Amino acid sequence: MRTFHVRKLRAAGLACIAALPLASGCAVEPWVKPYERDRLADPIMSWDRDPVSTAYMHHVYEAREGARGATGSAGGGCGCN
Amino acid sequence: MTRFAAVLAAVAALAFPAFGGVLPEDRADVLFHSYDGGGVTIQGPSLLVRKQFADKFSASANYYVDRVTSASIDVVSTASPYTEERTQYSVGLDYLHDSWLLNLGFTSSEENDYTANTFSVGVSQDFFGDLTTLSLGYSVGSDEVRRRGDSAFSAEVERRQYRLGLSQILTRSLMLGLSFETITDEGFLNNPYRSVRFLDDENPRGYSWEAEVYPRTRTSDAAALRLRYYLPYRAALHAEYRAYTDTWDITADTFELGYTHPLEGGWVIEAKVRSYSQTAASFYRDLFPRSRFQNFMARDKELSTFDSTTFRLGASYDVLRAGWRFVERGTINIAYDRISFDYADFRNVIRGGAPGEEPLYSFDADVVQVYLSFWF
Repeated sequence: MRTFHVRKLRAAGLACIAALPLASGCAVEPWVKPYERDRLADPIMSWDRDPVSTAYMHHVYEAREGARGATGSAGGGCGCN
Repeated sequence: MTRFAAVLAAVAALAFPAFGGVLPEDRADVLFHSYDGGGVTIQGPSLLVRKQFADKFSASANYYVDRVTSASIDVVSTASPYTEERTQYSVGLDYLHDSWLLNLGFTSSEENDYTANTFSVGVSQDFFGDLTTLSLGYSVGSDEVRRRGDSAFSAEVERRQYRLGLSQILTRSLMLGLSFETITDEGFLNNPYRSVRFLDDENPRGYSWEAEVYPRTRTSDAAALRLRYYLPYRAALHAEYRAYTDTWDITADTFELGYTHPLEGGWVIEAKVRSYSQTAASFYRDLFPRSRFQNFMARDKELSTFDSTTFRLGASYDVLRAGWRFVERGTINIAYDRISFDYADFRNVIRGGAPGEEPLYSFDADVVQVYLSFWF
């Protein structure tokens, strides 16, 4: 059951992401303007404020738990630059 | 303790996550870590340096050590306490081209009975006015497993990881993250020192031990959803859920909720709670009915049914807000995690009792990190 859910989620994610390069060619108006991203640019909103500490805690958990993977940050900044 | 090497080689790729559109900041971190729980203490340093050059590149290097003293319940049950050291080196290079960021990484981990090498490559790009960041990653690892006191023993493991991430700005105050990761392992996946126990009438205590046997392949899927929200005042909430499943029939759920709050005078405090639960691998049993009961047999408590709960408190203090020479700012940080593990089908054989009726095992672990961070 869980296998089904995760694979379904993964398939949906892959489909969305595969469509992104195509969609990026379209003119999409950013609904949050660059000058409206001051809160998102605050360091307290970082996905991974201290990478050395985050990597260590992932190590602690993965050494003692059966689950693994999908622990990294989603790989995005706040798009503030 | 071979599991550490295998795990960290995989995790190391995450120490250098790819971010679209912008190179990572120049920074240096010096961290001392300490884990104490279940008869195991692990301590050591981790040093991470990252520096941009030629406008388009950022290089990083990490040195990490685990000094392990283990008298865990597994070790005490079937062997003698031991000490060992694991050393790991990682290097990474990021290249920025327009809104594309490419990443290459290499990690090497060495201990007296385990060697692990991992190459990773990643790419990320921003879309839709930088509201969306997509990242893809691939790692390939090759491990060599050895056994102390048995120079004839040598085995290999091949690992592959496929990562996919999406970060999305939803509103002025809310960000969404999605992560998917598939990991495949092939080779000698069990611990060469660990044993399973089985009922044995000929043994006065009622059971005996024999070597565990794992399948030679394992494939896992994990999917995670993360949210980060900027509150109406200057503070952040984050929430996370991860679903996990693998071909050994382990399923797991992880929930996490955290709060980050800056204070006057350069302080930032953090609190977090994490809840984890998993079901056992199909070939796991605390006590098998007889010797060689089935093809695959494990009594590794990390493959059993259990829950863990973590409470974290952390604080960070900005010690160099005005900068100093080439250092723009610096922080001193401390984090304390208390992790409680409660096993549902792993019994404490040290406490004694009729075979299969010993009390269930549980333990608490204290994890402390103290580190300095500098941006330059």
